[in-house]
Amino acid sequence: MDYAIIDTGGSRSFPAGDAFLSKASREADVVVVIGTGAGAALSGIKDKKAVLIELGTECLGVHTGESRGNEGSNVLGFARFRLGEAPPSNLVELVKQPKTDPAALAAARAVLEGAGLGVAVCNDFPGRIVDRLLRPYLNAALRRLDEGLATAEDMDTTLRLGLGYPEGPIALLERTGLAAHFDVTQALYEALGDAAYAPARRARVAKMRS
Amino acid sequence: MTDIKTVGVAGCGTMGAGIAIVAARAGFRTIVYDTREEALAKARKQTESFFARSVERGKLAAEQLPKIISHLEMSSDLKKLAACDIVIEAVFEDLGVKHALFAQLDKVCPPHTLFASNTSTISITEIAGGSGRAERFVGMHFCLPAQLMKLVEMSPGLNTAEDTFARAWEFCKALGQTPVKTQDNPGFILNYFLIPFNNDAIRLVESGVAEPAEIDKAIKGALGYAMGPFELLDLIGMDTQLLLCEAMHGLTHEPRAACPPLVKRMIAAGRLGRKTGRGFHAYKDSKMYGA
Repeated sequence: MDYAIIDTGGSRSFPAGDAFLSKASREADVVVVIGTGAGAALSGIKDKKAVLIELGTECLGVHTGESRGNEGSNVLGFARFRLGEAPPSNLVELVKQPKTDPAALAAARAVLEGAGLGVAVCNDFPGRIVDRLLRPYLNAALRRLDEGLATAEDMDTTLRLGLGYPEGPIALLERTGLAAHFDVTQALYEALGDAAYAPARRARVAKMRS
Repeated sequence: MTDIKTVGVAGCGTMGAGIAIVAARAGFRTIVYDTREEALAKARKQTESFFARSVERGKLAAEQLPKIISHLEMSSDLKKLAACDIVIEAVFEDLGVKHALFAQLDKVCPPHTLFASNTSTISITEIAGGSGRAERFVGMHFCLPAQLMKLVEMSPGLNTAEDTFARAWEFCKALGQTPVKTQDNPGFILNYFLIPFNNDAIRLVESGVAEPAEIDKAIKGALGYAMGPFELLDLIGMDTQLLLCEAMHGLTHEPRAACPPLVKRMIAAGRLGRKTGRGFHAYKDSKMYGA
């Protein structure tokens, strides 16, 4: 399915050179707005089947407005999951609202899946799916390291061999950046008020040194 | 190098039978004890068919098979375990049951015999306290199925002697397993992280963030996990997840370890997971996944 891209700059989902950018059309019924200013560009877009807005840690409602649980239109949010400065994963979280137009959702899914990306649909909550589940686990791993539960190596080995994870939590944080973890988990802690998201000491230290 | 030659396994459920396979395969004389004759017969069948398949798949040389089988003994007589240098307990997860077993074993086994528990949620120090030999006691938590999973979480109790831990560690390596050292903490490492992670996923469904299939897809696609949390929970079973949560939360009072109400509703609705054909996902065929 054809799609057009409006690039507001600094996209984490589709950085310069990504194949998704080069395959876009000039004009199309589906518009994908990428970059840190994606939400602000929304008002200038009219008469499209679906509009996809790249999200950071904020909710889609920030850009569309909300009204007593009846919000929803042809505008969807999305973010391609990415840890720190590691390359983006193949997974896109596609955010809908209670009254999102089903045809817009189907068109958005078709565009993303057509580009070879995996799509997981979720409602408009802070942290969506992956960050919401991953960050408490990473904070717990950092806290338990401080508390001497096991060495970093043994913790990582346990989760790799015991659960088949591709890498353990400490190796993952070292590869993708503790300061980047701090930024995401701090934003979720503010949004959700749940202590499980409060940045672990080691993440705070790394942030202060960055 | 290990000084251990003969291994006892007390309790021959799925876990005990798996540990017995690991010990026999590594060349140890292995004695499996259980009070239930029918369980012993079943374990004997399971282990022999496992080794036969290992030969078929070229994982085990055919000429080794008779030796391994002859080194693997099943008995309902506790006194047979007197010949063991280490006894690994894999009975029901109940402190009283474990204490009763170890009290008997302490009378039967010579002083040098090490005691180990495969418990996943009970404190090693607590079990050791009723064993009569707390200084020669160690936690050895194998993963299910033990014969395929290399990981063993090893933990000393408060009174475990350093020499005991070192002997058990060398023995674990001689089994061909990969030991990791953890404190004697509820859930050790694996369950400490896994139980709350799965509960968090269930709470996302409870609060309407996304459907289970979408969450599985997101976690697998974004993090490269082999299974999504709901695929894994359907294998574990809601009844088991409830027991794990109750054990963990009872000890830690951590909110993430508390059992989400949806689990109890699913148990009431008969949606236990793969074994009943329906959990968070629906399955056409429920065989092979019995608990």
